[in-house]
Amino acid sequence: MNRDCSSIFALLSGYLDRDLPPVECAELEQHIQSCAPCVAFVDSLKKSVQLGKGYAPASDVPALAPETKQKLQEAYQRMLAARKP
Amino acid sequence: MNPSGDTQLARDLLNGSPEAFDHFVEAYNAKLFRYSYAMCHQREDAEEVAQETLLKVFQNLDQLQDPERLKPWIFRIAKNACLMKRRKSVFAPKEELSLDELRPFKDGEQRLQIADWGPLPDRAAQDSELRLALDSAVADLPDLYRAVFLLRDVEQLSTEDAAEILGISNDAVKTRLHRARLALRQQLDEHLRGATV
Repeated sequence: MNRDCSSIFALLSGYLDRDLPPVECAELEQHIQSCAPCVAFVDSLKKSVQLGKGYAPASDVPALAPETKQKLQEAYQRMLAARKP
Repeated sequence: MNPSGDTQLARDLLNGSPEAFDHFVEAYNAKLFRYSYAMCHQREDAEEVAQETLLKVFQNLDQLQDPERLKPWIFRIAKNACLMKRRKSVFAPKEELSLDELRPFKDGEQRLQIADWGPLPDRAAQDSELRLALDSAVADLPDLYRAVFLLRDVEQLSTEDAAEILGISNDAVKTRLHRARLALRQQLDEHLRGATV
Protein backbone atom coordinates (compact mmCIF):
# COMPACT_ATOMS: atom_id res chain seq x y z
CA MET A 1 0.00 0.00 0.00
CA ASN A 2 1.60 3.27 -1.02
CA ARG A 3 1.41 6.49 0.97
CA ASP A 4 -1.66 7.75 -0.88
CA CYS A 5 -3.57 4.54 -0.26
CA SER A 6 -2.64 4.68 3.43
CA SER A 7 -3.74 8.27 3.73
CA ILE A 8 -7.24 7.58 2.41
CA PHE A 9 -7.80 4.34 4.31
CA ALA A 10 -9.20 6.04 7.41
CA LEU A 11 -11.53 8.23 5.35
CA LEU A 12 -13.42 5.62 3.35
CA SER A 13 -16.55 5.38 5.51
CA GLY A 14 -16.81 9.15 5.49
CA TYR A 15 -16.49 8.98 1.72
CA LEU A 16 -19.19 6.31 1.36
CA ASP A 17 -21.48 8.24 3.73
CA ARG A 18 -20.83 11.51 1.80
CA ASP A 19 -19.62 12.96 5.05
CA LEU A 20 -16.27 14.37 3.90
CA PRO A 21 -15.45 18.02 3.20
CA PRO A 22 -15.60 18.66 -0.59
CA VAL A 23 -11.85 19.21 -0.96
CA GLU A 24 -10.98 15.98 0.86
CA CYS A 25 -13.61 14.10 -1.13
CA ALA A 26 -12.22 15.40 -4.45
CA GLU A 27 -8.66 14.41 -3.49
CA LEU A 28 -9.81 10.97 -2.47
CA GLU A 29 -11.76 10.45 -5.70
CA GLN A 30 -8.78 11.60 -7.73
CA HIS A 31 -6.60 9.00 -6.04
CA ILE A 32 -9.15 6.18 -6.34
CA GLN A 33 -9.63 6.80 -10.08
CA SER A 34 -5.97 6.08 -10.71
CA CYS A 35 -5.50 3.20 -8.27
CA ALA A 36 -6.91 -0.21 -9.21
CA PRO A 37 -6.33 -1.79 -5.76
CA CYS A 38 -8.27 1.06 -4.13
CA VAL A 39 -11.11 0.65 -6.62
CA ALA A 40 -11.37 -3.02 -5.65
CA PHE A 41 -11.08 -2.28 -1.96
CA VAL A 42 -13.67 0.52 -1.98
CA ASP A 43 -16.02 -1.70 -3.97
CA SER A 44 -15.67 -4.50 -1.42
CA LEU A 45 -16.19 -2.08 1.48
CA LYS A 46 -19.24 -0.56 -0.20
CA LYS A 47 -20.78 -4.01 -0.73
CA SER A 48 -19.91 -5.01 2.79
CA VAL A 49 -21.74 -1.92 4.09
CA GLN A 50 -24.75 -2.79 1.91
CA LEU A 51 -24.80 -6.30 3.37
CA GLY A 52 -24.43 -4.90 6.86
CA LYS A 53 -27.39 -2.59 6.42
CA GLY A 54 -29.56 -5.61 5.68
CA TYR A 55 -28.24 -7.55 8.65
CA ALA A 56 -30.63 -9.46 10.90
CA PRO A 57 -29.50 -12.10 13.42
CA ALA A 58 -30.19 -15.69 12.40
CA SER A 59 -32.57 -16.15 15.33
CA ASP A 60 -36.27 -15.81 14.43
CA VAL A 61 -38.21 -13.04 16.13
CA PRO A 62 -40.57 -14.59 18.71
CA ALA A 63 -44.21 -13.52 18.49
CA LEU A 64 -45.58 -11.69 21.50
CA ALA A 65 -47.80 -13.83 23.71
CA PRO A 66 -51.44 -12.60 23.85
CA GLU A 67 -51.09 -11.82 27.58
CA THR A 68 -47.96 -9.73 26.91
CA LYS A 69 -49.76 -7.80 24.20
CA GLN A 70 -52.67 -7.27 26.59
CA LYS A 71 -50.28 -5.92 29.23
CA LEU A 72 -48.85 -3.48 26.67
CA GLN A 73 -52.34 -2.42 25.61
CA GLU A 74 -53.30 -1.74 29.23
CA ALA A 75 -50.16 0.35 29.81
CA TYR A 76 -50.92 2.25 26.59
CA GLN A 77 -54.51 2.96 27.65
CA ARG A 78 -53.40 4.10 31.13
CA MET A 79 -50.88 6.47 29.54
CA LEU A 80 -53.54 7.88 27.20
CA ALA A 81 -56.02 8.30 30.06
CA ALA A 82 -53.46 10.08 32.22
CA ARG A 83 -52.63 12.69 29.57
CA LYS A 84 -56.26 13.66 28.92
CA PRO A 85 -57.07 17.08 30.43
CA MET B 1 -39.68 2.29 8.48
CA ASN B 2 -38.21 5.69 7.57
CA PRO B 3 -37.73 8.52 10.08
CA SER B 4 -40.79 10.47 8.92
CA GLY B 5 -42.81 7.24 9.21
CA ASP B 6 -41.67 6.92 12.81
CA THR B 7 -42.61 10.54 13.51
CA GLN B 8 -46.13 10.00 12.18
CA LEU B 9 -46.33 6.75 14.12
CA ALA B 10 -45.46 8.59 17.34
CA ARG B 11 -48.16 11.19 16.63
CA ASP B 12 -50.73 8.48 15.87
CA LEU B 13 -49.85 6.61 19.06
CA LEU B 14 -50.25 9.77 21.13
CA ASN B 15 -53.63 10.29 19.47
CA GLY B 16 -54.74 6.82 20.58
CA SER B 17 -54.87 5.12 17.20
CA PRO B 18 -55.50 1.34 17.60
CA GLU B 19 -53.91 0.72 14.19
CA ALA B 20 -50.80 2.58 15.29
CA PHE B 21 -50.59 0.43 18.41
CA ASP B 22 -50.68 -2.81 16.41
CA HIS B 23 -48.24 -1.51 13.80
CA PHE B 24 -45.86 -0.19 16.40
CA VAL B 25 -45.85 -3.36 18.52
CA GLU B 26 -45.21 -5.59 15.54
CA ALA B 27 -42.48 -3.44 13.99
CA TYR B 28 -40.63 -2.52 17.15
CA ASN B 29 -40.86 -5.94 18.80
CA ALA B 30 -38.87 -7.25 15.82
CA LYS B 31 -36.41 -4.34 15.76
CA LEU B 32 -35.82 -4.47 19.51
CA PHE B 33 -35.46 -8.24 19.60
CA ARG B 34 -32.88 -8.19 16.80
CA TYR B 35 -30.90 -5.35 18.38
CA SER B 36 -30.98 -6.97 21.82
CA TYR B 37 -30.12 -10.41 20.50
CA ALA B 38 -27.10 -9.02 18.70
CA MET B 39 -26.03 -7.22 21.88
CA CYS B 40 -26.92 -9.83 24.54
CA HIS B 41 -26.37 -13.05 22.54
CA GLN B 42 -29.12 -14.73 24.59
CA ARG B 43 -32.51 -15.35 23.02
CA GLU B 44 -34.36 -15.22 26.36
CA ASP B 45 -32.62 -11.99 27.39
CA ALA B 46 -33.37 -10.41 24.03
CA GLU B 47 -37.03 -11.38 24.28
CA GLU B 48 -37.24 -9.84 27.76
CA VAL B 49 -35.40 -6.68 26.70
CA ALA B 50 -37.80 -6.19 23.78
CA GLN B 51 -40.86 -6.64 25.99
CA GLU B 52 -39.53 -4.49 28.85
CA THR B 53 -38.64 -1.75 26.39
CA LEU B 54 -42.09 -1.81 24.77
CA LEU B 55 -43.70 -1.65 28.20
CA LYS B 56 -41.59 1.35 29.23
CA VAL B 57 -42.41 3.04 25.95
CA PHE B 58 -46.15 2.74 26.56
CA GLN B 59 -45.82 3.76 30.21
CA ASN B 60 -43.81 6.87 29.35
CA LEU B 61 -44.81 7.85 25.84
CA ASP B 62 -46.47 11.02 27.12
CA GLN B 63 -43.03 12.19 28.24
CA LEU B 64 -41.70 12.12 24.68
CA GLN B 65 -41.37 15.82 23.94
CA ASP B 66 -40.65 15.56 20.24
CA PRO B 67 -42.27 12.84 18.08
CA GLU B 68 -39.27 13.01 15.74
CA ARG B 69 -37.16 11.60 18.59
CA LEU B 70 -39.23 8.40 18.91
CA LYS B 71 -36.68 5.96 17.51
CA PRO B 72 -33.56 7.23 19.33
CA TRP B 73 -35.62 7.48 22.55
CA ILE B 74 -36.69 3.84 22.22
CA PHE B 75 -33.19 2.60 21.47
CA ARG B 76 -31.81 4.46 24.47
CA ILE B 77 -34.32 2.58 26.64
CA ALA B 78 -33.33 -0.68 24.93
CA LYS B 79 -29.63 -0.02 25.40
CA ASN B 80 -30.17 0.56 29.13
CA ALA B 81 -32.27 -2.61 29.38
CA CYS B 82 -29.45 -4.55 27.69
CA LEU B 83 -26.98 -3.13 30.20
CA MET B 84 -29.18 -4.25 33.07
CA LYS B 85 -29.29 -7.74 31.60
CA ARG B 86 -25.60 -7.96 31.04
CA ARG B 87 -24.57 -6.19 34.24
CA LYS B 88 -21.73 -4.54 32.39
CA SER B 89 -21.30 -1.43 30.35
CA VAL B 90 -20.97 -1.07 26.60
CA PHE B 91 -19.43 2.31 27.40
CA ALA B 92 -16.14 0.67 28.27
CA PRO B 93 -14.87 -1.37 25.35
CA LYS B 94 -12.75 -4.27 26.49
CA GLU B 95 -11.23 -4.61 23.08
CA GLU B 96 -10.23 -2.05 20.46
CA LEU B 97 -10.03 -2.66 16.73
CA SER B 98 -6.74 -1.45 15.33
CA LEU B 99 -6.85 0.30 11.98
CA ASP B 100 -3.52 -1.32 11.09
CA GLU B 101 -4.97 -4.80 11.55
CA LEU B 102 -7.79 -3.97 9.16
CA ARG B 103 -5.64 -2.73 6.28
CA PRO B 104 -5.78 -4.90 3.17
CA PHE B 105 -1.99 -4.68 2.81
CA LYS B 106 0.42 -5.52 5.55
CA ASP B 107 3.99 -4.26 5.65
CA GLY B 108 6.11 -6.01 3.05
CA GLU B 109 3.19 -7.24 0.97
CA GLN B 110 3.09 -5.97 -2.59
CA ARG B 111 -0.19 -7.31 -3.93
CA LEU B 112 -3.69 -6.79 -2.70
CA GLN B 113 -5.30 -10.11 -1.76
CA ILE B 114 -8.99 -9.60 -2.26
CA ALA B 115 -11.90 -11.92 -3.02
CA ASP B 116 -14.22 -11.65 -5.99
CA TRP B 117 -17.02 -9.46 -4.63
CA GLY B 118 -18.61 -9.14 -8.08
CA PRO B 119 -21.81 -11.17 -7.49
CA LEU B 120 -22.54 -9.42 -4.19
CA PRO B 121 -24.70 -8.19 -2.61
CA ASP B 122 -27.37 -9.50 -5.02
CA ARG B 123 -26.65 -13.16 -4.24
CA ALA B 124 -26.56 -12.64 -0.50
CA ALA B 125 -30.23 -13.48 -0.01
CA GLN B 126 -29.70 -16.95 -1.47
CA ASP B 127 -26.35 -17.58 0.18
CA SER B 128 -26.98 -19.05 3.64
CA GLU B 129 -23.26 -19.54 4.28
CA LEU B 130 -22.64 -15.87 3.60
CA ARG B 131 -25.42 -14.92 6.02
CA LEU B 132 -23.84 -17.15 8.66
CA ALA B 133 -20.45 -15.56 7.96
CA LEU B 134 -22.01 -12.11 8.45
CA ASP B 135 -23.71 -13.30 11.65
CA SER B 136 -20.38 -14.57 12.94
CA ALA B 137 -18.55 -11.38 11.90
CA VAL B 138 -21.10 -9.21 13.73
CA ALA B 139 -20.90 -11.41 16.83
CA ASP B 140 -17.10 -11.11 16.79
CA LEU B 141 -17.17 -7.30 16.89
CA PRO B 142 -16.24 -5.83 20.26
CA ASP B 143 -19.37 -4.60 22.11
CA LEU B 144 -19.17 -0.88 21.44
CA TYR B 145 -18.30 -1.39 17.78
CA ARG B 146 -21.24 -3.74 17.42
CA ALA B 147 -23.53 -1.26 19.20
CA VAL B 148 -22.46 1.53 16.81
CA PHE B 149 -22.85 -0.72 13.75
CA LEU B 150 -26.36 -1.80 14.81
CA LEU B 151 -27.56 1.73 15.49
CA ARG B 152 -25.95 3.42 12.48
CA ASP B 153 -26.01 0.87 9.68
CA VAL B 154 -28.81 -1.51 10.64
CA GLU B 155 -31.23 0.96 12.26
CA GLN B 156 -29.89 3.85 10.17
CA LEU B 157 -29.93 6.31 13.04
CA SER B 158 -27.85 9.45 12.60
CA THR B 159 -24.35 9.84 13.98
CA GLU B 160 -25.73 12.33 16.49
CA ASP B 161 -28.50 10.00 17.67
CA ALA B 162 -26.13 7.03 18.01
CA ALA B 163 -23.70 9.22 19.97
CA GLU B 164 -26.47 10.35 22.31
CA ILE B 165 -27.77 6.82 22.87
CA LEU B 166 -24.31 5.41 23.61
CA GLY B 167 -23.00 8.44 25.50
CA ILE B 168 -19.97 8.93 23.27
CA SER B 169 -18.85 11.71 20.91
CA ASN B 170 -19.85 12.01 17.27
CA ASP B 171 -16.23 11.45 16.28
CA ALA B 172 -16.09 8.26 18.34
CA VAL B 173 -19.22 7.00 16.54
CA LYS B 174 -17.63 7.72 13.15
CA THR B 175 -14.33 6.10 14.06
CA ARG B 176 -15.94 3.00 15.52
CA LEU B 177 -18.39 2.64 12.65
CA HIS B 178 -15.54 2.76 10.14
CA ARG B 179 -13.55 0.13 12.01
CA ALA B 180 -16.62 -2.06 12.49
CA ARG B 181 -17.28 -1.90 8.74
CA LEU B 182 -13.66 -2.72 7.97
CA ALA B 183 -13.75 -5.66 10.36
CA LEU B 184 -16.92 -6.99 8.75
CA ARG B 185 -15.41 -6.50 5.29
CA GLN B 186 -12.28 -8.35 6.33
CA GLN B 187 -14.18 -11.36 7.68
CA LEU B 188 -16.51 -11.49 4.68
CA ASP B 189 -13.53 -11.23 2.35
CA GLU B 190 -11.89 -14.18 4.11
CA HIS B 191 -15.15 -16.12 3.79
CA LEU B 192 -15.43 -15.33 0.07
CA ARG B 193 -11.82 -16.30 -0.58
CA GLY B 194 -12.51 -19.65 1.02
CA ALA B 195 -15.74 -20.24 -0.89
CA THR B 196 -16.89 -20.25 -4.48
CA VAL B 197 -19.41 -17.47 -4.83
